[in-house]
Amino acid sequence: MMRLELVKRSEKSRLMSVLSPVVAVALTVVFAGMVFAAQGHNPLTGIWYFFLEPITSLWGVEQLITKATPLVIIALGLSVCYLSNNWNIGAEGQLTIGAIVGSILPILFPDFVNPVVLPLMLLMAMAGGALFALIPAKLKTVFGTNEILTSLMLVYCSNLFLDWMVRGPWRSPQGYNFPITVDFHEWAVLNAVDVGGVYLNLSAPIALLLVIVLAVVMRSTLKGFEIRVLGQSPRAGAFAGFSNRRMTAFAFALSGALAGLAGMMVVMSEIGKLQPVISPGYGFTAIIVAFLGRLNPIGILIAGLVIASSYLGGEAIQTSLQMSSKLATVIQGVLLFFVLAADTLILYKVRLVPGREGEGAHA
Amino acid sequence: MGEGTGDSTGEMLRRVGGDTPLLEVRHVTKRFGSFTANDSVSLKIMPGEIHALLGENGAGKSTLVKIIYGSLQPNSGGVFWKGRPVTVSSPAEARALGVGMVFQHFSLFEAMTVAENIALALPNCRATGELSDTIARVSANYGLPLDPNAHIADLSVGERQRVEIVRCLLQNPELIIMDEPTSVLTPQEADQLFVTLRRLAAEGCAILYISHRLEEVRALCHHATIMRRAKVVAETDPARETVNTLAQLMVGNQITRVVRERGKLGPEAILLKGLTQVSQEAFGVSLKDIDLSVRAGEIVAIAGIAGNGQKELFDALSGEEPLEKEDMVIFAGEAAGLMDINERRLLGAAFVPEERLGHGAVPALKLSENVVLTRHGTGEGIARRGFTRFGKAGRIVETVTSLFDVRKGVLDPEARSLSGGNLQKFVVGREVERTPKILFVAQPTWGVDAGAAAVIRQSLIDLSRKGAAILVISQDLDEIFEIADRIAVISRGHLSKAEDADTLTPEKVGLLMAGGAEKKGAAAA
Repeated sequence: MMRLELVKRSEKSRLMSVLSPVVAVALTVVFAGMVFAAQGHNPLTGIWYFFLEPITSLWGVEQLITKATPLVIIALGLSVCYLSNNWNIGAEGQLTIGAIVGSILPILFPDFVNPVVLPLMLLMAMAGGALFALIPAKLKTVFGTNEILTSLMLVYCSNLFLDWMVRGPWRSPQGYNFPITVDFHEWAVLNAVDVGGVYLNLSAPIALLLVIVLAVVMRSTLKGFEIRVLGQSPRAGAFAGFSNRRMTAFAFALSGALAGLAGMMVVMSEIGKLQPVISPGYGFTAIIVAFLGRLNPIGILIAGLVIASSYLGGEAIQTSLQMSSKLATVIQGVLLFFVLAADTLILYKVRLVPGREGEGAHA
Repeated sequence: MGEGTGDSTGEMLRRVGGDTPLLEVRHVTKRFGSFTANDSVSLKIMPGEIHALLGENGAGKSTLVKIIYGSLQPNSGGVFWKGRPVTVSSPAEARALGVGMVFQHFSLFEAMTVAENIALALPNCRATGELSDTIARVSANYGLPLDPNAHIADLSVGERQRVEIVRCLLQNPELIIMDEPTSVLTPQEADQLFVTLRRLAAEGCAILYISHRLEEVRALCHHATIMRRAKVVAETDPARETVNTLAQLMVGNQITRVVRERGKLGPEAILLKGLTQVSQEAFGVSLKDIDLSVRAGEIVAIAGIAGNGQKELFDALSGEEPLEKEDMVIFAGEAAGLMDINERRLLGAAFVPEERLGHGAVPALKLSENVVLTRHGTGEGIARRGFTRFGKAGRIVETVTSLFDVRKGVLDPEARSLSGGNLQKFVVGREVERTPKILFVAQPTWGVDAGAAAVIRQSLIDLSRKGAAILVISQDLDEIFEIADRIAVISRGHLSKAEDADTLTPEKVGLLMAGGAEKKGAAAA
């Protein structure tokens, strides 16, 4: 009888750090093929429509970038949380509250119309997201509550709050009783510009800039060092003179601010007003993006594009193969599963050894 | 010590037991990847024999013991029990054969009673009154008095070890493996343990005894197997050897002795005045009115059994645990009690904590990054305007590596890939290289082989003679007498007056460790 044995490596394998996401994506493609086959489709056709067909047109590329942008921005903030051992699962809520706070200007002050509105809205959204994220952070540092639970539960609070706002106080008088707010004025929306046939707005370059800034911060600043040290070993972090409590507040505030920024830019570019649903779960999907990108800014940029393509793939198989677009969610979940599993290869070698019966059971 | 009483008993017992060894290990080889931990190792233990297993850290002792106890399987070679070949595939099977083990680090639940802890280890057994009676009887029988209803948290380390031993005895073992049993005991507690072990041996129970302390091996053991670099290099009757010849067999060459001459004393650099701190943790130790002064150019050592406030004292000195008043801790004339650890470092203080991995160094970070860990805030320009300069940290790694002979495979490895001794040399060297004015070191050579220990101890002495004030917290009395100019003892959060090392003996320090330190004499010097 042969037996699989995991042997610990003395150091992290650099090769596997790069290869493990590739392994995970490959396994996910195989799994997706099995799902298509189980549904009675040719697996290769399914894989073509899901993974590749969407990006064969310029319009598809534009959609890909539009969807990837909020994912990347949110995942950057989450990576700082996860690296410092703070488990913020509530980016979706911080996105929502950020968007609501930023929308105060165009909705309550529709006569305040000038170029300052746009940057002011973005700043307000960041502040709103950050403050909302500080709730689970403070609950954690003061009362020792589990931030996974509190940040997740606050998502439902924020979604219901948005629902109530657009049906109640902020409902547009001209909206025929639909649950929507007034349309934002021209200085409160992001307009797309033609870049070589692809229409893009300001949010994509902002995401790119944030990727570069965070890469530099993590690589060569003391703050980045502090984030990594406290995440890996709080005791050693205290020995270096870093404060765990302050880091929890910092990481939550930063990721809340970025989620708020992303939420505001989605509303300003794609919707132009508030409505009961403003995000197709960007805040949750960004968790997968953060991990698929190895919590590394450049990795997150790539992972954001990969995951965004699965959204487009979901729509593509719906129209081409009449399959449910919910399959996209399944594939995202499976991808995260394989990413976490493939991570084992970074710290362990896999060996096939002739095993003696029952040996493993007692170890 | 070492008058050879154990010798004649051993001879007699070996005759009683006949020629068949109780346990025999024949040509056992165990490899981990490309590394050979045991290379054709053979060992024979007779019934009623106290058999010492000696060797430096990394010589392969633990691997051999794990093979005997069933937690590892050899790649080749065999284990024979009473002459029959056996496969011990798990500790449970080892216990069924009659092999018991007392671990160096206890595996007891602090919040439970003695009887409950013992019941957990026995098959199908609950903490009944019957069990309590058995525990009381067995423990009294072997001179290991224990109250079955006491909570583990309230017991001293020596008493906790008794629980482990009694737990082991209740399984009627024929062979007991003891891993460094005296490393946590006072000399008096250790003597008591030896009485019990001799008694067990006299009844025919064999003991495999692992220890670094060669004096006690000479006094206690009938036979010694010495390992070096995965091989058995000698078998001998320890009573016929001297401590020096045994050490030579273990290390393979003469150990360099640490050289210590009196230094010139400078001004008072560390002053503790009425340092009092109530512990916030369950089972923590509160510090009670600690007074101490250390002058530039001297080494003061704090002896004591683990868990008597050493951790709390270190945290109070480093600033990881904030103090109530700023003048409880004075460094180089500045009240530092309210400062954080980096403000204290700026005053010229440096710290080496007990735990190398996870406190003194981050396991998954490279050595250069671990230099940044403690030296980013010392005004040396390793962090400037928020940016870290890993190149500069890398050069410090180079200097420390050559000064302390840190052995590593690649230029800048992750901390966790270094062996314990090499990592300890790095962690101490990282601070010593800064030539701090004040140095605090907890357990400087804990679990480190003799060669590395000598390097570390010599570096501490040299640093102090260059004018640094050094405070060492250690459990190892040999080490303390080797390096300290003055010695104080910590016991349940009280600190005794620091006395000249030349006027003290290990026995006297042992008495203080067992509680004598709490009766405070006049105010400390």
